[in-house]
Amino acid sequence: MGKRDRLSGNEAVAIAMRQINPDVMPAFPITPSTEIPQYFSSFVANGQVDTEFIPVESEHSAMSAAIGAEAAGARTLTATSSCGMALMWEELYVAASNRLPIALALVNRALSGPININCDHSDSMGARDAGWIQIYAENNQEAYDNFIQAYPIAENAKVRLPIMICQDGFITSHAVENIELLEDKEVQAFVGDYTPEHYLLNQKETMAVGPYAVSNYYMEAKKQHAQAMTNAKQIVLEVAKKFAEISGREYGLFEEYRLEDAEYAMVIIGSAAGTAKDAVDALREKGVKAGLLKIRLFRPFPAEEIAQALSHAKVVAIMDRAESLSSQGGPLGSEVMAALYRARSQVLAVNYIYGLGGRDVRVDQVAEVFGQLEKDAAAGKIADAYRYLGLRE
Amino acid sequence: MKDMVEIRWHGRGGQGAKTAALLLADVAFQTGKYVQGFPEYGPERMGAPITAYNRIGSEKIRVHSNIYEPDFVVVVDESLLETVHVTQGLKKEGAIVVNTALPKEELQKHLQGYEGKLYTIDAKKVSLEALGKYFPNTPMLAAIVKVSGVMEEEIFLQEMESSFRHKFASKPEVIEGNMKALKMALQEVR
Amino acid sequence: MDLHKLGETCGWQELTEGMQIYQGGTSAEFATGEWTAVKPEFIEADCTQCLLCVPVCPDSAIPVKDKKRGNFDYNHCKGCGICVNACHAGAIKMEGVK
Repeated sequence: MGKRDRLSGNEAVAIAMRQINPDVMPAFPITPSTEIPQYFSSFVANGQVDTEFIPVESEHSAMSAAIGAEAAGARTLTATSSCGMALMWEELYVAASNRLPIALALVNRALSGPININCDHSDSMGARDAGWIQIYAENNQEAYDNFIQAYPIAENAKVRLPIMICQDGFITSHAVENIELLEDKEVQAFVGDYTPEHYLLNQKETMAVGPYAVSNYYMEAKKQHAQAMTNAKQIVLEVAKKFAEISGREYGLFEEYRLEDAEYAMVIIGSAAGTAKDAVDALREKGVKAGLLKIRLFRPFPAEEIAQALSHAKVVAIMDRAESLSSQGGPLGSEVMAALYRARSQVLAVNYIYGLGGRDVRVDQVAEVFGQLEKDAAAGKIADAYRYLGLRE
Repeated sequence: MKDMVEIRWHGRGGQGAKTAALLLADVAFQTGKYVQGFPEYGPERMGAPITAYNRIGSEKIRVHSNIYEPDFVVVVDESLLETVHVTQGLKKEGAIVVNTALPKEELQKHLQGYEGKLYTIDAKKVSLEALGKYFPNTPMLAAIVKVSGVMEEEIFLQEMESSFRHKFASKPEVIEGNMKALKMALQEVR
Repeated sequence: MDLHKLGETCGWQELTEGMQIYQGGTSAEFATGEWTAVKPEFIEADCTQCLLCVPVCPDSAIPVKDKKRGNFDYNHCKGCGICVNACHAGAIKMEGVK
């Protein structure tokens, strides 16, 4: 059974990596994810894992080495943040289009500029169209649990896509909190051995990875990739179900918190969801029907399920910890609003930008948003669907 | 939630305020509590003012914001009183603990009208006597445990000793010095 | 694998994942030699059989049998002219290459 401990989010993910015991880890350090390869390299030095650790000279090289290793047939992972992932940009697409199930521990940090080391989701949101599965965590426990579920999702024959396991930089990566760990053996049995069907080091089969696709093939390749992403949703649920059997902790596509009868709903990603839950509880005590939908799976985007879960609300606030600079709001706002339209939902929706560059978000600020939603519901319309929270005026 | 204690640490980069906050989380966890220990990060370097936080309670802690209305404040470096509003939001029923050799009356004027309790400890004296070096965070950790009452002193000392034994397995003399610093600090804070 | 599975008439579901090719040496199947208008000419009488031309050919279009090179495989020679430069005996000639 599980072992109670207290760990930072980075430590928790590094331990998940140790328990998985991957074949290869190429990595280059960047704040706030540096501790992950740092802890992991000590596991390598202590002989606790069999992993080939490759200290590379840049994140571009880290992802390139990960692609080579994964194509060769090695279970591969790495970690990065912000500008580090930006330097991997081209390789992110290469990894995904070549259908290589690499796991990336992403510790979310603002992508410049102005230069900033603190949390927001601009790095991973920018990469949302790279064809990677994206799963987000509220706390260290979820970051750990999600990482353990990463390979069974990514390596599934119906999926075979790289996966990004995201957590909030500093807020969870550097905060020590209670956590329940699984036994090494439980994790190893859950993740299993990596047995790719085709791989470069297979002596019995010669193969070529990453051939040029002329126009006559390119769209077919993209459609295959899109289908794999569509398939991933069901696999995420299946893996979560199996994970609940060993851990007792249940995960879905998203978490609904007091949402069932909520009139005022909030859609949010990451650590601020915990803060928002405290606000929801406080409002419920005052008789306000507030509720929360916390996104876990962002790619693929579970649009239908989200629209369904929000269908009973009067107004929903969609909280974006990233700017799209589209003049319309943030990426989550666009996705959720599109989901509502497709479902012909009558729910009023408003998009809030919050927490950029590590701007703290407090319980009372979340409550303020719900207060505004009550006013919007009373007015029966949304005059301004693009707002900022916690901004100095 | 109601029994949750919130603590804010003010220190300077390099003094170990962050480490002390993480140690406090660690030792409180050992007593079966739910804990949070986290620093507030910026581009700080050695000597720059830094803030770290603790939440300690008997229920799962979900909130992930900084602490604006702490029950307790720990000031690891008295020079911060001049530049940082250390008592901001500090609850009246709470207390502030300052590392200083100065008498309380001298300090009071720097507390921006704070009406709650003020405790002081000369962590430098304690540290030099017990460890022969100036590490203010160990005495300050003991001081806040005593002032906040988040755990029994006896249990605190036991847990710290086992933690030190684990951490400094090859340097038993360090364990002894640190334990002495903790015990002295429990006496000296007032 | 059946190379026809990578044909241009295949639907997206029939193609391999990531357009991977599960077979080696498949370029032999494609007569890329037709891409060029100019070809090198092998003058066997002048050839010393040093074989320096063989490894520099990017298309493996110079066949070797019994330690001797034969005439060009024009189905795969794309006329790059590198072999002309490699030959010190003047046994390969090609229009426009010295």
